[in-house]
Amino acid sequence: MYVAVKGGEAAIENAHKLLAEDRRGDPDVPELTVAQIREQLSLAVDRVMTEGSVYDPDLAALALKQARGDQVEAIFLLRAYRTTLPRFAVSKPIDTARMQVSRRISSCFKDMPGGQLLGPTFDYTHRLLDFSLLAKGEAPQAEGNGGSVADALPQVVDLLNAEGLIEQEKPDPDDAPVGDLTREPLLLPAGRDVRLQNLARADEGYLLALGYSTQRGYARSHPFVGEIRSGEVSVEIDVPELGFSVDIGDITVTECQMVNQFRGSKTEPPKFTRGYGLSFGYAERKAMAMALVDRALRAEELGEDVTAPAQDQEFVLYHADNVEASGFVQHLKLPHHVDFQSELTLVRTMRAEIAAEREEALREAAQ
Amino acid sequence: MTIQQSYAATATVAGYNFAFLDEQTKRMIRRAILKAVAIPGYQVPFGSREMPLPYGWGTGGMQVTAAVIGKNDVLKVIDQGADDTTNAVSIRRFFTRMTGVATTEKTREATLIQTRHRVPEMPLTENQILVYQVPIPEPLRWLEPRESETRKMHALSEYGVMHVKLYEDISRHGHISTAYDYPVMVNGRYLMRCSPIPKFDTPKLHMNAALQLFGAGREKRIYAVPPYTEVKPLDFEDHPFQIERWPETCALCNAEDSFLDEVILDDRGGRMFVCSDTDYCSERQAAGHRGRMAAPYKEEAAQ
Repeated sequence: MYVAVKGGEAAIENAHKLLAEDRRGDPDVPELTVAQIREQLSLAVDRVMTEGSVYDPDLAALALKQARGDQVEAIFLLRAYRTTLPRFAVSKPIDTARMQVSRRISSCFKDMPGGQLLGPTFDYTHRLLDFSLLAKGEAPQAEGNGGSVADALPQVVDLLNAEGLIEQEKPDPDDAPVGDLTREPLLLPAGRDVRLQNLARADEGYLLALGYSTQRGYARSHPFVGEIRSGEVSVEIDVPELGFSVDIGDITVTECQMVNQFRGSKTEPPKFTRGYGLSFGYAERKAMAMALVDRALRAEELGEDVTAPAQDQEFVLYHADNVEASGFVQHLKLPHHVDFQSELTLVRTMRAEIAAEREEALREAAQ
Repeated sequence: MTIQQSYAATATVAGYNFAFLDEQTKRMIRRAILKAVAIPGYQVPFGSREMPLPYGWGTGGMQVTAAVIGKNDVLKVIDQGADDTTNAVSIRRFFTRMTGVATTEKTREATLIQTRHRVPEMPLTENQILVYQVPIPEPLRWLEPRESETRKMHALSEYGVMHVKLYEDISRHGHISTAYDYPVMVNGRYLMRCSPIPKFDTPKLHMNAALQLFGAGREKRIYAVPPYTEVKPLDFEDHPFQIERWPETCALCNAEDSFLDEVILDDRGGRMFVCSDTDYCSERQAAGHRGRMAAPYKEEAAQ
């Protein structure tokens, strides 16, 4: 006698209770607050906001807490929340030249107007575990002002403009609204607006590997960091009823302008070209990798041969989203026994046929 | 009474619209569905939304269901033919929370059926809609990975590569070695992927009385087979399309006409076959059909 297993519902409920218990860990250890995560794991929060496409440090911290620190899961939680939000307005383009910078560096020039400002960076730290953090320490105090040197610092890449050495970036003349992948499906070939949105939401590890591949010869583009700047910019929206734009708040962003050599083509003299990266918070690695991949994806537009994975729009854009990728990879955990049964039946049939043929051949040989 | 009233009684989750998606999004999806119905088998791109379940777990089917479900619908959700597989339970619970509609495990009682990997054994009616969850909508994808190319191939009805693939199967193995996800021509125009259903189910799509909708969330495509539409599996005159057969009948209900799952009973090769469609199987058992391993039928066990 056989009774088929039932009770998927009870199993799911129990599994989720176990998950909640494991998330909390040892109850003798004080529970993390969302504020602690927001303040002390801020780079994790920044990544979740960037790839989750929502600027809200509290919600990102909550997502991280709920996801037990799993970033991709936290990004998924935030995205699934984002999809339910109404859309009130589209902001005006943020003006990063007017950023209140806390970090700003260029590798192209030793010095430039406004100077180099290291800001809060892991760069030049020696990666030695700091055992003093094991114990409770005093709150460290930085010396000097923490940035915000000037109201407006010129963009380094614009300094190259004077000589016409670098390509100009102008808005599309047709004044068309920018694409939005969260409303419209990706259609190819994709314009740069859609590509940049895709890359901004893309998995950091994926972009890092693709960007790295361009440095190792797969679509080499001779990159220099024209400028990286991090800081606060204001977000403005147009209010039609008022007839002027209103500042609705500040966000922290990191911008990377990559400057790349371009040997020129039949129609264009040699000059420098650009790759662009932007992230929420201090996700600097992400912004740099994004800029490398953005430049690689411009191959066709600049008349370069498309030979490497990072230059292949369809390959790069279709596989960049970690919420999509994680879901589809992990859906292999779902039951597939119907498909598998069909395959089993087929493989058995094929094996039986081959066995019969062999037997037949042996019998003929014996005669 | 088999409709699960306990589900229907629960209130929907506060702060969310009926069926989760906002009305504008539902309209966008319905427009895509209308287009899909107007061009049977054609993959309509749509602005797929992020759902609170992972991509690849039925987000496309869920968006289609959310767009067409109404308060009076009776919903059935199956995965691998069964109502009690974990993901079917999870999706049914989602719609119970988000709509409060009645759910059922009975195929004949459902007005809306969301499925993964199977078509119910019982013939559907004109009053039913079958929603398929689709992981990869493009039938030519394993032959041509580029979407830009496959769209062109559809536009030109350039399906020779698929015939060549099937021919190569025959020359290599003696027969076509596609066991599930069998390619079909819809209404004589578009090559279509029936989501991964076993080829056993493929003939059920042909001239089906129900509206069949296919949703691929991650790939952002919707397509449809309207009621009474011709759906023809690709084959050759001398190698006609055939469905799989089993050496045994269902061990519980003795059905010889249903898709059977193989259940391993021990580590010495012992196994049994049971209907993958749990509703079909229990209905047959209720009607008195007994398989070789069935328990004696009890009235209360069926409720």
